Amino acid sequence: MIGPERHAALSAWAFLAPALLLIAVFFFLPVLAALLLSFTDFDIYALGDLDRLRFVGFANYLQLLQSPLFWTALGNTFYFVVVGGPLSVAVSLGAALLVNSRLTRFPGFFRAAFFLPVVTTLVAVAVVWRYLYHPRYGLLNYGLSLIGIEPIDWLGDPAWAIPAIILMAVWKNFGFNMIIFIAGLQNIPAQLYEAARIDGASPWRQFRHITLPLLGPTFLFVALMTMIGYFQVFAEPYVMTQGGPANRTLSVVLLMYEEGFRWWNMGYASAAAFVLFALILAATVLQLRLRRKQVQDG
Amino acid sequence: MSPSFLPLLLILFALGLAGCDSAADQTTTVEFWAMGQEGEQVRALLPEFERRHPGIRVRVQQIPWSAAHEKLLTAYAGDSMPDMFQLGNTWIPEFVALRAVEPLDERLKPWPEAALADYFPGILATNRLDGRTYALPWYVDTRLFFYRTDLLAAAGFAEPPTAWEDWLRAMAALKNAGDAARYAILLPINEWQLPVVLALQRGASLLRDRNQYGNFREPAFREAFAFYLQLFERGLAPPVSNAQMANLYQEFAKGTFAIYVSGPWNIGEFGRRLPADLQPHWHTASLPAFDGTMGVSLAGGASLALSRTSPRREAAWKLLEFLAEPAQQARFYQLTGDLPARQSAWNDSALAENRYARAFRQQLQAVRATPPIPEWERIANRIAYYAELAVRRELDIDAALAALDRDVDRILEKRRWLLARGVTP
Repeated sequence: MIGPERHAALSAWAFLAPALLLIAVFFFLPVLAALLLSFTDFDIYALGDLDRLRFVGFANYLQLLQSPLFWTALGNTFYFVVVGGPLSVAVSLGAALLVNSRLTRFPGFFRAAFFLPVVTTLVAVAVVWRYLYHPRYGLLNYGLSLIGIEPIDWLGDPAWAIPAIILMAVWKNFGFNMIIFIAGLQNIPAQLYEAARIDGASPWRQFRHITLPLLGPTFLFVALMTMIGYFQVFAEPYVMTQGGPANRTLSVVLLMYEEGFRWWNMGYASAAAFVLFALILAATVLQLRLRRKQVQDG
Repeated sequence: MSPSFLPLLLILFALGLAGCDSAADQTTTVEFWAMGQEGEQVRALLPEFERRHPGIRVRVQQIPWSAAHEKLLTAYAGDSMPDMFQLGNTWIPEFVALRAVEPLDERLKPWPEAALADYFPGILATNRLDGRTYALPWYVDTRLFFYRTDLLAAAGFAEPPTAWEDWLRAMAALKNAGDAARYAILLPINEWQLPVVLALQRGASLLRDRNQYGNFREPAFREAFAFYLQLFERGLAPPVSNAQMANLYQEFAKGTFAIYVSGPWNIGEFGRRLPADLQPHWHTASLPAFDGTMGVSLAGGASLALSRTSPRREAAWKLLEFLAEPAQQARFYQLTGDLPARQSAWNDSALAENRYARAFRQQLQAVRATPPIPEWERIANRIAYYAELAVRRELDIDAALAALDRDVDRILEKRRWLLARGVTP
């Protein structure tokens, strides 16, 4: 005889089983396989004949940590995270505040317009931006020339390539976070602002002491997702620069892709994937800790 | 991911099985993968083939060049290779190492000896490995000079240079004859081809000890590399990558540079894109040599191969033989502008009369293959990387070559291990 509680548990499992099975087969299994792969030297020789596969222990990881190219890619990725992340969040928040402001007319129009880049295909966007960035015929340099600034080789100059890609990525993605911020803003009760105004709080103090604290959870979510997104930056440099000039825009995921699918060094590429995973996990835990500390102190 | 996904999968699976049943009739359908414009243009040749072989139908799958290598490897890993495919001839060692291509020696036995001798020998050599033929050249490609006859004449050179020394003098004269924005030659700094060509001309071996170690510090390579770097140091070549040269044809027309090292596809492009008044003032020339004899260039091009696991190899071989016929090669040239791999197809009037193709025919007699190992593309990539660093002066020549040897030795580690075990890699 099955008790009612067990019965409920069983039917819950039964309903969950298809989804769990799919997640297991299409997610956990590949991840596990990749982990195993990262301890082998799986390459095209092994692909042709498994006798030519060697277990190499942590050699891939050691080689990765000794490879200047990996450190270049890691440095570039941190650049994306540290500069692109906060910039993305700030622009999204600014746009959300503007669109959500009582003074803005046609908020629906602006909301849709700012969201448009998010739903546009990245490759199409990247091609258009490459025209904008063109050193001689690009619109951006034309604009700069009007105020007397020398043309900049946006995607060809090692110093400018990452800022140029970040600029495009921010423009492409801020709409998504903006929508989340707007939802967060609309959840803040209006009477808090009323009370603050009666107390004579300036708009800046209202923002500092009402908007920001109450947006806390939204902020955390947006910051985490943006950070993870920039850690995994791939398509933008892949389409716009292929990692150049002189590997200045090579990101860790782009390096992983090149090693894995261009050179077919699956073992090495898997090791890079797990190092990146560990980094993202560490950064996420750190952010969660900081947030918890803030809440406790605040 | 929703739970309704699973039934959907089952339905798709069932449909797949049903699809297999209906395909079992009399005709054989050969799946043929070809790249870029070749994949598009080859269709025009197929009605004739299908007329001659009523039992065979050909399905051409067109693949963009940029994704071709990855797609072939993925198809191999996923056991879904086509019956016949086009591949860059530098990829052949890799697909042989994968045991993905069928050796053609048995099938070539009935061929008259003259037919194989009709191929450019340097190009055919890239399709052979350890004495076996794994693919047949489809069209050929090599690199040589595209240059401005008027600028060279104005600089005091009526004929293109044939030895390094003349070449250097001609470039210096070209540089001096123009303003500060003038360069003698355009060599994109992110390419490995020219440093390797110069090294081969100088007699460098590139790799040593049965291709098990890098040999980039040997004097021959170092001298060629120093010659290459000097072109940038002396301001004869601008230190720019491919992507930075905004419009190559416009700059060539303006005389920003007078010499460009490129391949046959640019014959058509130069004809179309250069202004009409410039058309009489450009030409092609084979590469100069270190000592004034014939300067070698790279044996490039694309080949056709059969998949080793295909059950339709017989039919696919008939298609391969058909595309190898001189008449089809000549027609393919007319469709694509790709240079035929068989010399008899060159006697076709259109090509015989093309003044720009003449230098290519000459150059194709002196082409060398890069080391026939699967790791070559990676090695070439490292050469381009260190060449760029050296041009940008982030590394001096000896540091760059030492780093190159170190990287290449690491890339070849697996090959050394396989050879030490007595396994053919």
